[in-house]
Amino acid sequence: MNEELRALYQEVIIDHGRHPRNFKKLEEPSCCQEGYNPLCGDRLTLYLKVDHNKIIDASFEGVGCAISMASTSLMIERIKNIPIIEAQQLFEAFHLLVTEPSPTVKTLEYLGKLTVLGGVRDFPTRIKCATLGWHALKAGLDNAASEQRVSTE
Amino acid sequence: MSLISSFPIMSSSCNPAQNTIDWTALRSDFPLLSQQAHNKQLAYLDNAATTQKPNAVIEAIAHYYRVDNANVHRGVYELSERATQSYEATRNKVQNFLNAWSREEIIFVRGATEAINLVAQSYARPALKPGDEILISAMEHHSNIVPWQMVCKKTGAQLAIIPINDSAEIMLERYQQLLNEKTRLVAVTHVSNALGSINPVQQMITMAHEKEIPVLLDGAQAAAHLSVDVQALDCDFYTFSSHKAYGPTGVGVLYGKKRHLDAMEPYQGGGDMISSVRFEHTEYNSLPYKFEAGTPNIAGVVGFGAALDYLSAVGFDNIVQREQQLLDYATLKLQAISGLHIIGRAKNKASIISFVLDCAHSHDISTILDHQGVAIRAGHHCAMPVMERFNVPATARASMAFYNNEADIDQLVRGLAQVFKLFS
Ligand SMILES: Cc1ncc(COP(=O)(O)O)c(C=O)c1O
Repeated sequence: MNEELRALYQEVIIDHGRHPRNFKKLEEPSCCQEGYNPLCGDRLTLYLKVDHNKIIDASFEGVGCAISMASTSLMIERIKNIPIIEAQQLFEAFHLLVTEPSPTVKTLEYLGKLTVLGGVRDFPTRIKCATLGWHALKAGLDNAASEQRVSTE
Repeated sequence: MSLISSFPIMSSSCNPAQNTIDWTALRSDFPLLSQQAHNKQLAYLDNAATTQKPNAVIEAIAHYYRVDNANVHRGVYELSERATQSYEATRNKVQNFLNAWSREEIIFVRGATEAINLVAQSYARPALKPGDEILISAMEHHSNIVPWQMVCKKTGAQLAIIPINDSAEIMLERYQQLLNEKTRLVAVTHVSNALGSINPVQQMITMAHEKEIPVLLDGAQAAAHLSVDVQALDCDFYTFSSHKAYGPTGVGVLYGKKRHLDAMEPYQGGGDMISSVRFEHTEYNSLPYKFEAGTPNIAGVVGFGAALDYLSAVGFDNIVQREQQLLDYATLKLQAISGLHIIGRAKNKASIISFVLDCAHSHDISTILDHQGVAIRAGHHCAMPVMERFNVPATARASMAFYNNEADIDQLVRGLAQVFKLFS
């Protein structure tokens, strides 16, 4: 198997793709956000529990390829118990990771384990798979933020 | 006549009638196929999406632009006459190809999609009333679903769906029940792009006509793979795309019975489709020009003509036989793989195989195969209701043309072994 493919399908990705973590419905989520890629039919629902601008729990369900499943699974591990604002920064950094030809060392260090998805860069048709869960996160957080604003005002 | 002399199968020592075609020599008529992909010989198995083009087609288009280019139906100078002749010659070829009664029944459009939209807007829309039904099948491509939904929305008519069984065959007894006094049109695919099923269209047309219901056949996946005789079928409309029949993109055909086309309003207005224009009143041109507004895709139509010549030189008896051979070979090889499931097991099938693996999603399969030089399609194949029917999010699909060979299929099987290695 060639280098690029190996870089794409690293152990961690195969593992999370096959056994996604936090793969369940969340009871009483603050929001549940659909993510859908009409091109390939990948579909997932992201559940978020937010309290005082912090993500206190998250999970997901859905069907998709190894890349979208693994990427979402790894994302959720990382975003639990962090402030919303930091999750939004992670979204930006992750986007750079999968689209920029050479992300900075700072970005890579910041992303940590999530850098295993960097191999997607060489597969333009698969970038959408890697970012599906992340786009659901962004939309979900935007919704949660506006709902909180509504409920606290 | 440079086209004919550069026509390799004519010059090679083959005799179509006796099936002594040298398929290997014929493959070399398609220059794209000789390239490498990811340092492997390319195995192009996505022919249901689009087919590759033989030299004869590529040269016909180049020749047209080098020598014959002018606008059609307008100039009185020789060049324009030549362009018009080449363009109109293809119309005769299509007439022969489909065995249509008249060349006036052949309308050039952009593709099967536009042909269906034309019928939806110009034939169905003015006639439909609330409560009327259009009958389609559960295995349609989106382009034979959405245009009907659009006219239904405008008119209050409804879509009714002919169910398919677990082998991906039309359920004829249910079809019989669904044909009723509200049915205004049956629109079904001749061959399913996602499942490969060849539908019993002859029988379906007879059944519809018994109740005086007209039938449109979406021939996008059929026209290049089996011989079509619209008079024998007695279909009211037939649609297909040049690019899936070894011709260029941007050209398609709507065949319609003359009496339907005569009664229909034009689809678009503009030049070429009129016989006289005054601000008070415009006379429409006669068939087929009434439906061909504006400067058409002349070079495309000329190239399409060369594709039809190519197809008829190979001959449908040979094409059908060779593609069935490839289908049988591929089916045998694929069904021997444990953990692989073929979706679409119709008895009567074209050379299209959709499949899923227990261990990997079709998207991952296709990425890994791509790196083995194998081009297949992954996804819902513009037939999301089919995916729902078979309860899969997506499938991988290998679709073969006569220029494919057993080695391509072996390469696919070897590629799948890599998928298993990685995912199980
Ligand atoms: C069964 C079927 N119908 C219609 C179409 C639409 O053809 P086009 O995109 O060339 O208009 C396709 C193309 O995939 C098809 O497979």
